[in-house]
Amino acid sequence: MSGYLIRRFFLMLVTLAGISIVIFVMLRLVPGNITDIIFDSAGFVNPKQKQRIERELGLDQPIVTQYARWIGGLARGDLGYAYVSEKPAIREIAPRIPVTATLAGLALVFSTLFGVTLGVVSAVRQDTALDYALRIVSLSGLSLPSFWLGLLILMACVQWFGWIPIYRSTPESFWKELGLLAIPAAAVGFRSSALVMRLTRSSMLEVLRQDYVRTARAKGASERSVNYRHALANALLPVVTVVGIEAAFLIGGLIVTETVFNIPGVARFLVEAIRWRDYPIVQNLVMFIALVVVLVNFAVDMLYVALDPRIKFGN
Amino acid sequence: MNQRFGLAAGAAALAAALAFAPCPALAQKSGGTLRIYHRDNLPSASIHEEATISTVMPFMAVFNNLVLYDPAKKLNSDSTIIPDLAESWSWDPTRTKLTFKLRQGVKWHDGKPFTAKDVQCTWNRLTGKDPDEFRKNPRQVWWQNLKEVSVNGDYEATFNLNRPQPSFLSMFASGYTPVYPCHVSTKEMRTSPIGTGPFKFVEFRRGESLKFVRNPDYWKKGLPYLDAIEWRVIENRSTRILAFIADEFDLTFVADVSIPLLKDVTSQAPKAVCEIAPQYVSSNLIINPGAAPFNDPKIRRAMALAIDRKSMIDILSQGKSDQSGVMLPPPEGNWGMPPDVLRKLPGYGGDVAKNRAEARKIMEGLGYGPGKTLKVKISTRNIPIYRDPAVLLIDQLKQIYIEGELEVIDTSIWHAKVTRKEFSVGMNLTGVPVDDPDVNLYENYSCNSERNLTQYCNKEVDKLIDQQSQEPDRDKRKKIVWEIERRLAEDLARPIIYYDRAATCWQPRLKGFVLHHNSIYNNWRFENVWLDR
Repeated sequence: MSGYLIRRFFLMLVTLAGISIVIFVMLRLVPGNITDIIFDSAGFVNPKQKQRIERELGLDQPIVTQYARWIGGLARGDLGYAYVSEKPAIREIAPRIPVTATLAGLALVFSTLFGVTLGVVSAVRQDTALDYALRIVSLSGLSLPSFWLGLLILMACVQWFGWIPIYRSTPESFWKELGLLAIPAAAVGFRSSALVMRLTRSSMLEVLRQDYVRTARAKGASERSVNYRHALANALLPVVTVVGIEAAFLIGGLIVTETVFNIPGVARFLVEAIRWRDYPIVQNLVMFIALVVVLVNFAVDMLYVALDPRIKFGN
Repeated sequence: MNQRFGLAAGAAALAAALAFAPCPALAQKSGGTLRIYHRDNLPSASIHEEATISTVMPFMAVFNNLVLYDPAKKLNSDSTIIPDLAESWSWDPTRTKLTFKLRQGVKWHDGKPFTAKDVQCTWNRLTGKDPDEFRKNPRQVWWQNLKEVSVNGDYEATFNLNRPQPSFLSMFASGYTPVYPCHVSTKEMRTSPIGTGPFKFVEFRRGESLKFVRNPDYWKKGLPYLDAIEWRVIENRSTRILAFIADEFDLTFVADVSIPLLKDVTSQAPKAVCEIAPQYVSSNLIINPGAAPFNDPKIRRAMALAIDRKSMIDILSQGKSDQSGVMLPPPEGNWGMPPDVLRKLPGYGGDVAKNRAEARKIMEGLGYGPGKTLKVKISTRNIPIYRDPAVLLIDQLKQIYIEGELEVIDTSIWHAKVTRKEFSVGMNLTGVPVDDPDVNLYENYSCNSERNLTQYCNKEVDKLIDQQSQEPDRDKRKKIVWEIERRLAEDLARPIIYYDRAATCWQPRLKGFVLHHNSIYNNWRFENVWLDR
């Protein structure tokens, strides 16, 4: 096991190094650079002043030097300066991470709770009216674009309650923040829960037809015990994989929800930074998201072991 | 009878007394936070370095100008310029020296005194004479006639000009022309600006919010009325309009409510006050004269003849926007042509079918026809207000054998591409901060302006621009301006398709707010605004 962990750790480092090179090079291949964009709001581009800014920002240096400077800084915990706001990048990024993390966490809790529960109910009550109703709900969850669902929620709230559930100034407490993020999290979690529900249902149906479930029933185990102890525990493996993928997606993929509900999170900020070619912000945020994805994958692998004792790592 | 007469007379007297008594109904209330939404992420806090309302609207309240367009009057003109940091001003007999007597006892937000050195330093930065140069200087051309700024003691500054320029003062009155502190670097001014204005800058959270609080030491005693101003950035238009309807905000971003959207706002928030006004922002056609075949003036003329401005205005703004030449048309515009004069310009005649027949003849003469169309990319920014007229233009150009393809350019690299001339035909938007020919013509059409996007250069037009700039007689000046308009229309120099109109809305509790009708850039001090809660 420890050998596996060490190998896994080095693999993570190699993956992150690869990502760092890809993002660094790709950003510089995209047409337009920060100096063009800085000038855009002035309505013209002055080549002389543009050169001066490039020098100021170190963009006149060879690309290898720029890369080495970034990675060196990263190793020391220095994320550099944001080009647009002219503030340390860490001060721009750090406050946004908890916001997105809370939103993603809530959405994940929502999708897992509803998805798994309703998936099990749907499988156990296969081909009943309840099963059909739940399948229709899950289908609508998969087919409704989240920006549209978000706007519908906003319009309904304004129309019926004269109130709009968008992010206001930073909430005073964690609980207030939870309250503020609950509606957007439900909007995101709805799609995600539909996916989890369908997967749980099909996985449960497959497991419920297995010999050992029949054996459990023959031994006189209660229906509850058969469904939850014997079937669900084994049906959860593919669900864990999907939840893991969703968790990784949610950290960087909440752009639409963050825009519609005006949440100052990582995803919206990343898109904005890409638009501005604010290299230090984009590079560091992409690295952060990559790190989250790698760690979530690692956590999912560990969960496999916990859920299925037959799976062993190492030799 | 006498008693009844006496009672009636008494009642009449009382009624008359009440009717003619001074109206005390609306005494200004102090306190409260003004909440406004912002439509996008502003590039920086430095007004002098940007050319966008996104920066001026929130940050104008931090500063003072030397003079200002009267915030209480809807239309900006020379006669509505009032003193601000300058108590008074005077011209010398040669009309080349403008002297400002400055207010004493004014302090910057950091407690340092405001002096004439600050005025000198601001304009030295604007003219590139200060070592701490602005990173960007989009309005340098405004000050090209300024030789130097001299100071006489701490409270007098004189602007020495190369030649007389009667409307020089109007540029000082724009929201784009605050006085900056000499002791604060240009870099700091981009991130945490310091001014002498009614509100102090507190915080700018990128993509999130902006906060300003009352300046308790403001030199205008008793002002401002508000305790604070809070801006929230909401990039999604549907969300921010819904938020305004839900009473989350006291005021919308200026001209953010388009004519089609206005119906939604007024039906769902019937108490909201909404005013439709011209923004002095034009949709204009830019043609790269260096890109063949558009180097041929005949093709450019044919394109001008193909444009049906009225149908564009009908579709895009339900007929509310204005057909115009370069200057904003009356009644709001001070210098624009009235419709009967405008119609005489090439391409502005009312008979579109006849114009297009003439355009087709020109195109046929150049070898184009139904079997051989001219294929061209129509470039524009990826923003609806740019894209929509571009789509309509493509449709209109089809009528004269020009087959346009929409090329949507990432909004952040639009100006870079245009400056590098990487376009043939484009649809652009241009805002004019001051309703004065000097500002508009020098900035957009003179040979040496950096913001002359198509680098249109006609020495004769340049001479006329200089001539109107020096003409003290307003009527004579107007005639020259109209002559310039005619030549620009003939040369197809950035033809104006229309001047847009849009609405700004506010809740009825917002008092003392006056929307300017011939510029969106000059009235965001908010010092006279108060909340009737």
